[in-house]
Amino acid sequence: MYINAASAISPQQSFRQPAFLQEPVPLHAHRTSCLEPAYGDIIEPKLIRRMSRIIRMGVATGMDALQQAGCTNPDAIITGTAYGCLEDTGIFLKRMVENQEEMLTPTAFIQSTHNTVGAQLALLLKCHSYNNTFVQRTHSFECSLLDADMFLQENPGAAVLVGAADELTDYSFSILERFGLFRACAAGEGACYMMVGSEPAAGALARINGVRTLFNPAAGKLEDTLAELLADNGLFAGDIDLVLSGNLPGDAAEPRCAMIENQLLASSPKIYYKLLCGEYPTASAFGMWLGASVLKQQLVPAGLCETAPALLRHLLIYQADSLGYHSLMLLTKC
Amino acid sequence: MNREQLVEELKEQIIEQLNLQVKPEDIVAGDPLFNEGLGLDSIDALELIVLMQQKYQIKLANAEDGPKVFQSIDTMADFILANQPAAN
Amino acid sequence: MSAAVYIAGLGAISAIGNNVQENISALKESRAGLGPIRYLQTRYADIFPAGEVKASNEELAAICGWTGTNSRTAMLGYLAAKEALQDAGLVQHGTTWMAGEENCKVGLISATSVGGMDLTEDFFPDFLANPHAGKLRMVSQHECGAITEKMALALGISEFITTISTACSSSANAIMMGARMIRNGMLDVVVAGGTDALSRFTLNGFNTLMILDSQLCQPFDKGRRGLNLGEGAGFVVLVSSRVAAALGKELKIVVSGYCNANDAHHQTASSPEGIGSFTAMKGAMKMAALQPSDIDYINLHGTGTQNNDSSESTAIQRIFGDAYPKMSSTKSFTGHTLAACGGIEAVYSAVSLQEQCLFPGLRIEVPVIEKPGVMVQTFEKAEGIRHVLSNSFGFGGNCSSLIFSLV
Repeated sequence: MYINAASAISPQQSFRQPAFLQEPVPLHAHRTSCLEPAYGDIIEPKLIRRMSRIIRMGVATGMDALQQAGCTNPDAIITGTAYGCLEDTGIFLKRMVENQEEMLTPTAFIQSTHNTVGAQLALLLKCHSYNNTFVQRTHSFECSLLDADMFLQENPGAAVLVGAADELTDYSFSILERFGLFRACAAGEGACYMMVGSEPAAGALARINGVRTLFNPAAGKLEDTLAELLADNGLFAGDIDLVLSGNLPGDAAEPRCAMIENQLLASSPKIYYKLLCGEYPTASAFGMWLGASVLKQQLVPAGLCETAPALLRHLLIYQADSLGYHSLMLLTKC
Repeated sequence: MNREQLVEELKEQIIEQLNLQVKPEDIVAGDPLFNEGLGLDSIDALELIVLMQQKYQIKLANAEDGPKVFQSIDTMADFILANQPAAN
Repeated sequence: MSAAVYIAGLGAISAIGNNVQENISALKESRAGLGPIRYLQTRYADIFPAGEVKASNEELAAICGWTGTNSRTAMLGYLAAKEALQDAGLVQHGTTWMAGEENCKVGLISATSVGGMDLTEDFFPDFLANPHAGKLRMVSQHECGAITEKMALALGISEFITTISTACSSSANAIMMGARMIRNGMLDVVVAGGTDALSRFTLNGFNTLMILDSQLCQPFDKGRRGLNLGEGAGFVVLVSSRVAAALGKELKIVVSGYCNANDAHHQTASSPEGIGSFTAMKGAMKMAALQPSDIDYINLHGTGTQNNDSSESTAIQRIFGDAYPKMSSTKSFTGHTLAACGGIEAVYSAVSLQEQCLFPGLRIEVPVIEKPGVMVQTFEKAEGIRHVLSNSFGFGGNCSSLIFSLV
């Protein structure tokens, strides 16, 4: 599965900024927001009024990826989001409580459904194709990729728009902070879409050579899965030039990440992408976008990794959260 | 409140309620609100029904009356002046 | 080994029964489960009829064997999924699932629109008053994925879990995803379906759209006034042909066709010509290599809203012309169970085929489709039916059609 175009809105200058890798800004604040573009350039202004932040971010990155790929009508639109449209959910809940179930208005409710980002893209493009939305915590993006991969096998020659988005709102920050989610890492958010296909287009960024998800893996399962993923591609652990980790530098010894980061891939150079995008469930989409950009430009974000080799061929994107979700994604230069 | 003030007030309220990216002076009171003109749709109609209730205490008996009442700012103003409950 | 995907087990809980048997009895006896809202706290309890599962949260928790704080959505989902797994006859040895003598990779693909919102909306008043107030355990199940995770842990499934959320087509899409993963060799068994509990958020949300009926709904009736909301869960156990053989039971029903298409017309309303539903139905029939005349029955999406029933009937007319198959909307029994409807209606469709019968759509006085005999209005024996089409159309123009067939 080739990534033929990719777009990301994040707390970094990532949207349509190819020079971003030279000037990444490590996050310092406890809570970060996306740097958003002027949406009027990408989305018809009349339609923007019906779109909350997360929908704008998702639609903008989706449209950008399509434009980069020269595609006006994808064969499938597949989206991952763990939290869905939080802003509108919060607005509707607040009004419902304050007005005691009276005098409520439809817009916030309609926009709160999880598939609104994918649906708005379809609406804008008048795209009648397959459209799906996955909402499985930190596997939401990975499941979208699995669906995209299956779709490409079932429909040779298809062009699939696949991505993920999650937002941070005042309410969600307040609540998630109480859960301790941001103790070690800044709260973040982001949207990322990519065009994928079975063949590389001119300007293809990278090739996804495998996506594996694990939930509460039994002893040995994680190692076996990595071993199989590598073997399927004729690779050994030493062939991984760079690990893009969704964990944090201090986590390597944590039981949940130790096997991969401290043992099997202990000697691989590592970048911790949440230092750039913050903590949110679909951050692995940013990780994938970053990995694809790194492979295309053969450049590691300045200051993030001293030991990366000059030639970058194979990257592993790895995350392991505290709820037992792991994912391994192999990305290769093309 | 006189009719002119009501029309101005309505323009501002509609812009706010429907998140329209226009200014009050851009809206012509006699222009159609739906389909052409501002291009509002069925969801906006529902929003306007709530606006009527919230700001003017007028409850539309049937959603089907919506298209007539909301044809333009002018028809909305007429409807409010004809139906607004007397102030206490 | 063929690429066929068999249905090996069924599970359902809804306003008309706490298990498949109870649901089917009610369908056969024309006993709807709609009425005043008695379990959810809402100012609309006596204004909008709904199809509630006839059990309080405490009663559900007792049946699940769960303690502590539990989202109603999770409990309904667990009960239906568990029933389906038991029906299929799969057994777990330690962490390994077995079908007879064969190991199998089992996945859970669930669907929900509301997730744990039933708890979140009770948390919110405290939280709004004070951001440090409200019990965190009331929001730890908010996410759709959290509900599925809870179900998976209780069911003992960990190989693959995911959740789909595309409004009212969600569980149809989950079944479609499950079938595809089996055909692609990624899993051997998928417990696929969906769950949604009634919540104030949803009830109020639908009320703002002014599509709720304050009387008992009349889907596909010319005088229809809107929908009644429902709640529940429906799951099917999908298995590969290898597992079907290993189970040693004669499995007769396959998922023979499926298609998802997007209306791309409006956020909530369907296009007048029903392009999304038309495309989904045609696509499913094409995949199943069936002609319109091969379809014996349609389990309609049939919510009872002006818009859906008009759009859906138009799309049906465009495909079938005057040669309509028999059809009915079982939402006249259960109400609109939102994300769960595809799963629940898949269960009803499978039983239809298994028992060679057709379930009615209730309270039709003046049918939208006037041709006599088309709208099934009382329970019918139906010898010889082989192919059933089930429609699920959601907000965001998300349209899915599934076809179940007897092999």
